[in-house]
This record gives sequence, structure tokens and C-alpha cells, in this order.
Amino acid sequence: MSTSPAGGGMLDARRLDAKNSQGDGSMQLSSNESGLRDETRLKIVRKQRIQDFFFHKITFSFSLVVLVALIGILISLLISAWPAFKKFGIDFIWTVQWDIVNDDFGAAIAIFGTLSSAAIAVLIAVPLSFGIALFLTETCPTWLRRPLGTAIELLAAVPSIIYGMFGLFIFAPLFAEYGQPALQSTLGQMPIFAPLFGGAMNGIGILAAGLILAFMVLPFIAAVMRDVFEIVPSILRESAYGVGCTTWEVVRHIVLPYAQQGVIGGIMLGLGRALGETMAVTFVIGNSQRISASLFSPGSSIASTLANEFGEADDFHLSTLFALGFLLFVITFIVLALAKILIIRTERAKGLQT
Amino acid sequence: MNQNLYRKRLWTNRIGISLSMAAMVLGLSVLLWILFVLFKNGFAALDLNMFTQSTPAPGSEGGGLANAIVGSLMLVGFATLISTPIGILAGVYLAEFGNRSRIAELTRFMTDIMLSAPSIVLGLFVYAIIVAQVKQFSGWAGTVALALIAIPVVLRTTENMLRLVPGSLREAAYALGAPQWKVATMVTLRAAKSGVVTGVLLALARVSGETAPLLFTALNNQFFSMDMTKPMSNLPVVIFQFAMSPYDNWIRLAWGGALLITLTVLVLNILARVIFREKISQ
Repeated sequence: MSTSPAGGGMLDARRLDAKNSQGDGSMQLSSNESGLRDETRLKIVRKQRIQDFFFHKITFSFSLVVLVALIGILISLLISAWPAFKKFGIDFIWTVQWDIVNDDFGAAIAIFGTLSSAAIAVLIAVPLSFGIALFLTETCPTWLRRPLGTAIELLAAVPSIIYGMFGLFIFAPLFAEYGQPALQSTLGQMPIFAPLFGGAMNGIGILAAGLILAFMVLPFIAAVMRDVFEIVPSILRESAYGVGCTTWEVVRHIVLPYAQQGVIGGIMLGLGRALGETMAVTFVIGNSQRISASLFSPGSSIASTLANEFGEADDFHLSTLFALGFLLFVITFIVLALAKILIIRTERAKGLQT
Repeated sequence: MNQNLYRKRLWTNRIGISLSMAAMVLGLSVLLWILFVLFKNGFAALDLNMFTQSTPAPGSEGGGLANAIVGSLMLVGFATLISTPIGILAGVYLAEFGNRSRIAELTRFMTDIMLSAPSIVLGLFVYAIIVAQVKQFSGWAGTVALALIAIPVVLRTTENMLRLVPGSLREAAYALGAPQWKVATMVTLRAAKSGVVTGVLLALARVSGETAPLLFTALNNQFFSMDMTKPMSNLPVVIFQFAMSPYDNWIRLAWGGALLITLTVLVLNILARVIFREKISQ
């Protein structure tokens, strides 16, 4: 069935059904026992076959909607971005310039903001999600597992605009008063880190955006980690406990290596989410078009630039924004595709085991 | 020597476990902190005017969110009406017909990517194919953008739920001579009903909080309007605009709107889980 075209697949299935009932169906067709004439029976069968044919085609065409949308996104973004790509060429990607007045644009500032805030988010979220997944799968009492798991999943359900408001009104003032001075007086005094934690401390900026993003992507990473940890066959776990391993050693040396690819997949998934997140970042990143060494300084990401400037953009400016959107889509697509492949591989391994 | 090693392992274990508990506590306290702030500021802003009056002009007092609430309900409602049948039928195809075909594998893969794809890019896409063509921001454009976000959620949940239906049920129906479409719609889909409802609720929850795609499609409307061909006010965009403004009254309303949205999303999520759990325990 795998190679036959859609229509053929359906007919195969019908034939298979006839075979399954061991010829009963075809025998009944020629007998008059139930009082129905052959022609009537044939008519019904034919009608059902036509209905099946259309049902099959309709569901098939709907399943193509997602594929068509994905290809449509790529093509339409590329077409709308074409004027910008034509004018700036490939240099667009690494030009550090965003001059709306003179129509001189480069994507480097926004790409830098996107990558650095997402990187900070993942760096913070990964150890936390690992801890949460470890707790939920190994040490948590069974009756608490579901409510706690649900609570973490609810963290993912909170809309991103809420994170944005929370970040701007609650987190940023506290961060400016306590967090940033503390960082500056500790890490900021070390030779290598000093430039990262310099500058004005007003609570918003790339670091603040990364911190808020960390709690947004945490539930996604934790959920994947928990799922792949549970895939680890219990016989492996129990053998390790049996030879006297501590919980930590079981996780570190048995569970983690076994679930490695899935864990990396989960991290990539979180990264993909962090890269494309819009509203939360727009609220706290500061929205200034420049690159600075300090993580305290305001910057902008691709998504925040789009959200802020789209409304007032004229034709060419709009085209550069589409170019930014295209780049964002390509980057996240690659990251998410890698994530998916890694997670599928881990799940396949489970399929082979059982 | 042995004693030392034992002690070291014991302490590594203790530290590791306590750190993991600390991570859990931190995650939970952030959730509680956000909810606390939201309830405190949100309930302070909540009054009857919020549901009866339209958004106020900049700098003026009073006003409410009536136009945004109605707009959001319409956008989300139409998006659900569009995405539910498409998502369910596509899910039926993947689960019942396209078991191992290349195109089904590809669709499944792309759907999973679409689930996490940046929603702002979907907004750009709908802007390019609808808004730029008719030269008019409209409620319909917003609906299409939201439906595009909802379809993958409904599709994947439907497929997964249909896969849980035992094969013997299908075979029994086929043995009675039922055509495929009847087996799919009247047997398997019915058996997986509560799971499919879960998917629709989750899609609804996901879509109600989406802001970014609406910025480029439905935009906003200061006045009460139920005309889907015109720009349409909606809660997320109003919250975005009001929260970033310097006016106290607007910021107060933004908190109120934020509370409404979060409550809706959380209730939908919990509802979906309860329905799904009942199904599993059956």
C-alpha cells in the first residue's frame, strides 16, 4: 500500500476486506438468500465505492493544507522580500545598519539580538528543565506527579503577551534594583565577563529578554525530557539500582546517555521556540537598533523589529521587514527540523526495544 | 578510603536531588508569581464597564474593553469553525489512510514544525496573501492567521487519538461491510470523540492568546464593530497597545484584559485535560 497511489490504496483495502471475510462477501453477492437482487447489491457496493473515493480524496486534500501553507509561506515571504534582497544581496545578513530614514538596512543587529536572547534563554532553561524532568520521573511521589506535571505544562499555556507584561512591569524594576547590581558586582568584576555586565542598569535589555524567554521555553524542554526519560526501559534502571547506584548516578550514567538524542531534540525545540517568540521579547528587550557588548543594553530581535515597525513601514522598509521574517522562518525551520529528527530517532529506539 | 568514596557518592546524590527539587520549586513559584500579579492587578481593574463600554481614547478616563472582547470572540470563533473540520479530516487521513505513505510522513513532519513555528511569520504570510492584495486589514485576515495556527494542533491530536482506537473495532465494522468513510466517521472518530474535543479545546486555548499574527491582519479598531471585512479590535492587540502606553487608565485596562485572557486559556487547558483523563480512565 505504501507505493500505490491514493485511489489504488483504497481499492486494495476493499479487496483485502473481501479476503478477510474469506470470500463470504463475494459469495453473498451471487446468492439471493437475503432477498436482495444482485443488481441492487452491486449498486450499493458501487455507491459505497464512489463515496469512499471522494471521502479519501477530501481527507487527503485537507491533509495537504499544512504542506501547502508551509510552501506558501516560503514563496510569499521571498516574493515580498525580493526588493530588499535584490538591493542588498547576501550582505544584508551581516550588515550592521538599520537606518530607516536613508533606507539603508542590514539584518545583523536583529539577528544578533535574536540569537543572543535565545541562547541565554536556553542556557538557563536547560539545567532547570533537566532538574524538573529528573524530579518528575525519579524522585517525585507518584500521587504528586500529575498535578506537578500539569502545573509545569500550564506555564507553557500562559500567553506570551502575559509574560511580556509581567516582564515589563514586575520583573524589570526588580531586576534593575537587585539583579543587575548583583551581577555587576560579582561577574562584572571578572576580567572576561566585565564587558558583558557593564552599562546602565534599567532592567530591560537582552539579558532580561533572555531570562523571561527562559521561563517560557522551560516547559517545552522539560516536557520532552520527561517523555524521553520515561522511554528508558525500566530493566536498565532497575539493574543500575540493583548494583547499588544512587539516583543521581542512575540518571547521570544510565538515563541521560540512553535518552541523549531526545534530550538534545528537546533543547533544540526550546531554542526554536525562543527564536521566534515575539510579544514577550518586544516588551522587555528595549527595542533599540544597535549592538552592544553589554547584555544590559537594549537591543532588538527579528520578531520585535517586525512587531514594532510593521505598522509604520513604507514600501521598501516593508520589504526589508519581510526579508527579516524570511530569515527568521528559515532559521527556526532548520532548528525545529533537527529537533524533530532527533526526537523521532529516540522514539524509534524505544520501538526497537519493546 | 571506601568510606570516603561512599560519602562522596552520597553527597553528590543529595546535592543533585536537592538541585532538581529547587528547579521544580523555582518553576512552580514563577507560575504562582505570574498568576498572583495577574490576579492582583487584574481584579483591581475589573468592573462592569469593562464589559459594556468600548476602548477609551488616549488619556481619557473610564471606558472598557467591550469591542475587544467581542472582536476576540468572533475572531477565535470563526478560526475554530474553519480549523476544526480541516484539522479533523486531515487527521483522519493520516491515521486511517496515509499510514506509511511518503506524503503522509512528510505532512506529519511539517505539521510538527508548524506547531512550533513563529506565529509572527504566519501573520506576515497572511498579510502578504490577503491584506496586501485587498489593501485592507480585516477580521477575516485575522481569522485565517489564527486558523493556520490552530489546524496543526487539531490535526495532530486527532491523529494521535484515532491511533488509540483498537484495530479490532475497525475490523469489526469492515466485516459488516461498512464502507471506509462510514468506519472512519461513525466508528473510529466516534470512539475517539473526547480526544478530538481535547484537541479542539487546546487549539482554542492556543489561539486565544496569540498576539503577533493579529498585528498584521486584524490590526485594531477603536470602535465597536462586528464587520469582519474591516479592521477588528481584539484583546491581545489592545493589551499590547495599552500596556506599552504611558496612560495609567490604559495600563489598568491592559491588566484587566490580561486577566480575562489568561483565565480563559487556563480554564480551556484544564478542561481539555479533565475531558482527556475521563476518556483514559474509562
